[in-house]
Amino acid sequence: MSLSNASPASRYDVADRAPRRLSDYLLRWETILVVLLIAVVIVNALISPFFLDFYNLSDATFNFSEKAILALAMTLLIIVRDIDLSIAAIIALASLAMGFAAEAGAPTFALIGIGLGVGALCGAFNGALVTGFGLPSIVVTIGTMSLFRGIAQVALGDQAITKYPASFQAIGQGYITDKAPIPISFVLFLGLAAVFGIVLHRTIIGRKLFAMGANPVAALFSGIAVNRIRFWLFVLMGLMAGLAAVLLTGRIGSTRPNIALGFELEVVTMVVLGGVSIAGGAGTILGVTLAVFVLGLTTFGLSLVNVPGIVISILNGVLLIASISAPAVAQRFLRGRS
Amino acid sequence: MSLAALFRHRDAALALIVAALILAIGLRAPVFVTPESLIGVLTDTSFLFMLTLAQMAVILTRGIDLSVAANLALTGMIAALVSRAMPGLPVAGIIALAVALGAALGALNGAFIAFVGIPPIVVTLGTLSIYRGAIFLIAGGAWLTSKDMNPAFLAFPKSTLLGAPILIVIAALVSLFFWALLNHSRIGRGLYAVGGNPVAARYCGIDLRVQQFLVYTLAGAVSGLCGYLWVSRYGIAYTDIAQGYELTIIAACVIGGVSIAGGVGSVQGALLGALFLGVVVNALPVINVSPFWQMLISGAVILGAVVINARSERRSGKLILRGSRRPAGNGARA
Repeated sequence: MSLSNASPASRYDVADRAPRRLSDYLLRWETILVVLLIAVVIVNALISPFFLDFYNLSDATFNFSEKAILALAMTLLIIVRDIDLSIAAIIALASLAMGFAAEAGAPTFALIGIGLGVGALCGAFNGALVTGFGLPSIVVTIGTMSLFRGIAQVALGDQAITKYPASFQAIGQGYITDKAPIPISFVLFLGLAAVFGIVLHRTIIGRKLFAMGANPVAALFSGIAVNRIRFWLFVLMGLMAGLAAVLLTGRIGSTRPNIALGFELEVVTMVVLGGVSIAGGAGTILGVTLAVFVLGLTTFGLSLVNVPGIVISILNGVLLIASISAPAVAQRFLRGRS
Repeated sequence: MSLAALFRHRDAALALIVAALILAIGLRAPVFVTPESLIGVLTDTSFLFMLTLAQMAVILTRGIDLSVAANLALTGMIAALVSRAMPGLPVAGIIALAVALGAALGALNGAFIAFVGIPPIVVTLGTLSIYRGAIFLIAGGAWLTSKDMNPAFLAFPKSTLLGAPILIVIAALVSLFFWALLNHSRIGRGLYAVGGNPVAARYCGIDLRVQQFLVYTLAGAVSGLCGYLWVSRYGIAYTDIAQGYELTIIAACVIGGVSIAGGVGSVQGALLGALFLGVVVNALPVINVSPFWQMLISGAVILGAVVINARSERRSGKLILRGSRRPAGNGARA
């Protein structure tokens, strides 16, 4: 994005062999995030005696699991130099479709299918515009963000849909078992993180994504069907937005036109803090998962001591800029001395 | 000039489309095309004119500034608080303060982007949260209404100069400034050069970092100016004013033919893009369409505009090895 990217921070490099020295492990972005996460846990535990409580921590995951699921798919998109700012609007549209279906008396499994289907369709629409016309994804998804949420607004006006079957709401509100009160949404996130991690870091598809992000033209000439893969990544992003819509709609038990407003920027923050290069070609699922916990636990800890959400957003902004700046400044300082 | 040739000149085509739109609305609701109504549309759109031009300067350098609306809201709140604390301060002082404060907030973006080397979208995403949160902190979550503002503070945006509403005059002056900057100054040429080809620009001795610092500071200054004007015009300041407006501004740029890839865009194009959105927003209530349609229409317009722009913008030369056997339309566009 800028000339100064010619000398990127170490976390933007794609290692072509396994790291060997101890310092390589210590200087990895994930290590910094682990330290940050430990610091967050210690500070929060000192501030509030209610922080290190299994039930509280378990319930805290409700608040970030939907965004975390979105962050996984967003990671893949950003690695291939794309972005999707329409995800929150896709959630609104998928939630709307489920709302109408619920009012018509559709059963829970049909509602889930509709949510996922509408999400995937919206993603396919984005993907078709980006790859079919060769448009920049940031512009396309700013457009579809207005379009999708606009449709939800026209259809709903200032109304809300609240007639959801109890079994549907249980997906977003429920726990896996009564004995272990871990939210279904959180378990879903962990499972998906494992799948995404394996696909990205241990399969040919993952190598292709990194190749596309590092150099799309070279990737094309290496026989990678760049645009086909990008299209399906947008479909995947839409599908995950549909899943997030199922969880969120069930959790809050209603559909409003402003549902999930502003999610897109929070999700991008998670991904970038997770060490994924916004210029593409580098990033790990582990890093993004750690960033999800850092942001999620910060928010939870501060809300325990009654800090308003808008003030927590200041901290998230500072965290984002500081954590990205610190390595760059440190590197320059070290280089300046030697 | 034939119609086809006119359409190849996209600013002229956009002007025609806006004119046709105004005419079409006028046919359904003649009241819309009266001079008072049209001046009202321009007055309403003056914020969008100024902010779109500032955003265009940023996008020209291949950057983006997502924090402009938050900057606007923060400087607007501070202007209102200062005015309440010091009722004797003249409006000129408030405006100078708002511009300086906005410029400082913009310079903070610029410093991180230019001198630390953090991608613009990351920095401005961060400062967007920080500035919004700061409004809540300094005002303690309170709303400031016209009762908390003194009469001179409130009267300025409703005043006129030589018969023209002051907001239009200010927007015109800002437009003139950007026209001179982009078309008739060395800095302006540098912005296009940096966006068109950063490496070539560097070999020509243009320092990208100075250019970046400059445009983000400038975008901040314009946001600050709009912050005071917005708060005083609508007589209210709270945490969420102009929320999401940054995306409307970027949409106006895109409709106006500014390339998100940098280096392409004109003052008249950006102004027409803003005017288009302004006309749509103002016309909906006049022709009895629910304001809920506004978002859907602007989304459809943005998509239409980028698809049309993409044709004229498409760059060739990268795929020199594409064989004739490869099916068309399967190329990677970096």
